[in-house]
Formats: sequence, structure tokens, C-alpha cells
Amino acid sequence: MIIDPITFFIVAACLVFFALFSMARIGLGPTAGDRVVGLDTLNTLVVSAMVVLGAAFDQVIFIDVAIIYALLSFVGTLYIARYLERGL
Amino acid sequence: MLATLITAGVAFVFYLLLTFGSGTVGVWSIEELITGAVLSLVAGLVAGRVAVRREGGERGHPLRMLNPLRILLFLVYLVGPFLFAMAKANLDVAYRVITGKIRPGIVRLTPGLSTDFGVTLLANSITLTPGTLSVDVDEENRDLYVHWINVTDPEPSTKAVCGSFPDWARRIAE
Amino acid sequence: MHIFLYVLFGIGVAFNGLGALALIRFPDVYTRLHGATKCTTFGSIFTAVAVIVYGFARGGTTYQTLAIHAIIALLALLITNPTGSHAIARASYRSGIKPKGAVVDKLEDRS
Repeated sequence: MIIDPITFFIVAACLVFFALFSMARIGLGPTAGDRVVGLDTLNTLVVSAMVVLGAAFDQVIFIDVAIIYALLSFVGTLYIARYLERGL
Repeated sequence: MLATLITAGVAFVFYLLLTFGSGTVGVWSIEELITGAVLSLVAGLVAGRVAVRREGGERGHPLRMLNPLRILLFLVYLVGPFLFAMAKANLDVAYRVITGKIRPGIVRLTPGLSTDFGVTLLANSITLTPGTLSVDVDEENRDLYVHWINVTDPEPSTKAVCGSFPDWARRIAE
Repeated sequence: MHIFLYVLFGIGVAFNGLGALALIRFPDVYTRLHGATKCTTFGSIFTAVAVIVYGFARGGTTYQTLAIHAIIALLALLITNPTGSHAIARASYRSGIKPKGAVVDKLEDRS
């Protein structure tokens, strides 16, 4: 053990707590643009929380899932942006 | 053909990184090596034409980014001026979140870059550095429309908004 | 070594929190994008670098694999985050959301 494993859990809990803020923005946001901003932030926070949890549980597969999640959420963001721009 | 091979090579490097420590040939197992070679060839065949192509006159040679000097310059840029500007940007945002002092506006910049990769690099750098966010690109003459959080001058020079970044982008990508 | 990792995690969490706060506090889409993109990208760099340092410091194949995968996750975030925010900004502008309280708007003159 290099550092206390509880650190990872505290960091991940903080990140999930911040994700609640972006969920609030998704719920409140007056325009569609605001909601997409909230979603984008939520994705970033979830990816970094997954990387930290992967280190906490010593599971490499968590980080693999984080990579795929980052790339797929990017495609999702682009798709929503394109939809806002000119419809399907 | 060349585009296919370059894309396949890059894909294979990523596959090797992801399967690090899986066996005894070096640190990879022979099955992973074969699967990786086949899959990256498929990826190269499918995506090569999109990923590598000639653009923007004589400066846009498709092989220019394989030059090790450019890659080295890119890494120096990432850990040097870029990281510094990003730290400054975050402190700037912290200041504006706490005081709520903003004066937003959208201004037009003419960086004078001629390749797609250069403009992409500059636009992404602008998004991550102090007070600016790229909103739109003029496809014809590659002008950038930038949302600036603290407008001091409605017709600013490129230097006033993004400092030395256009020079770096030109050195790296053109 | 301990202290270094704790500092990295601390900076990362602080900037991620700042990004989330900016999302609540700023008045319109563009300024929110400023806060959200910059701060969460910077914070994620620090938490990911902490995990990478941890992996290489523990040693052994499993932990090295963990560190290398974390590097690739960090690369994916670094490339996709600003691009995604640019796409959102452009889509918001073209779908008719004007920047609130804008002093100057050059893009309006064009279209």
C-alpha cells in the first residue's frame, strides 16, 4: 500500500457529489444547450471517477470501460449537437 | 495505400498499449499480436481515407506529422506553454466564479493558418486557455469566431486574445 | 511520495468542484461551457495523473497495465473534451441562443 485506499473512495465520492450539480443543471437548464452542457460535464466526471475507482479496486477493466465510455459519450455529444443544429 | 498503412500503424500501437503484459513475446502474447495486426489492418482499410489526406496547398503534405521533429515540438508545446496557460485559465475561471465579474462577447480572429489540423489544434487550445471558447469556424478563409469572457476591445488582434498559440500551431502543423 | 499523490488528488478534486460550481453559477450556455470544460478537463488531468503515478509506483505487471490504460483514458478525455464543447457552442449558436449581455457579437453580422 503506497497510500491509504480510503483516499480513492473519498475522491470518487467527491466526484459523484459534483455530478449531482451537473444533474441539477440537466434538470433546471432553461434551454436545450444548457442541458447538453450538463450532460457533457457529467460524462467527464463519471470517466474520472471510473479511473479512480479502477485504481481503488485494482481492476483494469474499470479503466477500459472508462475509455470506451469517454469515446462513446463524445459521439453522443456530437450527435445531440448536430441534432440541435439542423434537426435529424 | 499509404493512408491505410499509416492508420493501421497507429491503430496497432494503441492495440499494443492496451494489451500490455498479456504474454511472453516481449510482454505480449502471440495471439494478441496476430489479432491486433488483423484488426488494425481492417481499421486502416476502413478509416484510412478519412484519417490521412492531402489538404490546403503545398503545406498540407499528408506525411508531415510523421516527422519526429514535429512530434517532439508538439510534446514540448503540451507540457510547456499549454499546461501553463491552462493553469492560468483555471485560476481565471475561479476568480470569475467567485466575483461574478464577466463582460462576454463574440469576436473574430484571423490566425492565418491554412491546414485543417492546424486550425483544429488552435481551436482546441483556445477552448482550454484563459477566457476564450471557440464557437464557429469560417470554412473558407479559416477565421475563428471566439467567445471571449472579458472583452476589452471589440476588434482585437490575434495576439491580444491567444498570445503565441498561432505561432506554435503553425510550427507544429504546417 | 504519499504527500505528492495526496496533493495531486486534492488539486484534481478542487478543480472538478470548481467546474461543477461554475455550471450552477454562470448565467448562460457559453459562460457555463467556459467553466465546465476548462475546470473539469484540468481536474481530470490531475486525478488521472495521480492514478498513473500510483500505478507505476506500485510496480508489477498489473499496476503497470493500470497506469498505461489510465494514460489512454486521459488522452481520450483530452482530445474529446474541447472538441465536444466546440460542437455544443456552435450548435447552441446556430439553434438561436444568443450570448446573454454580450458587449459585441461579430457572428451575428455574418449570418
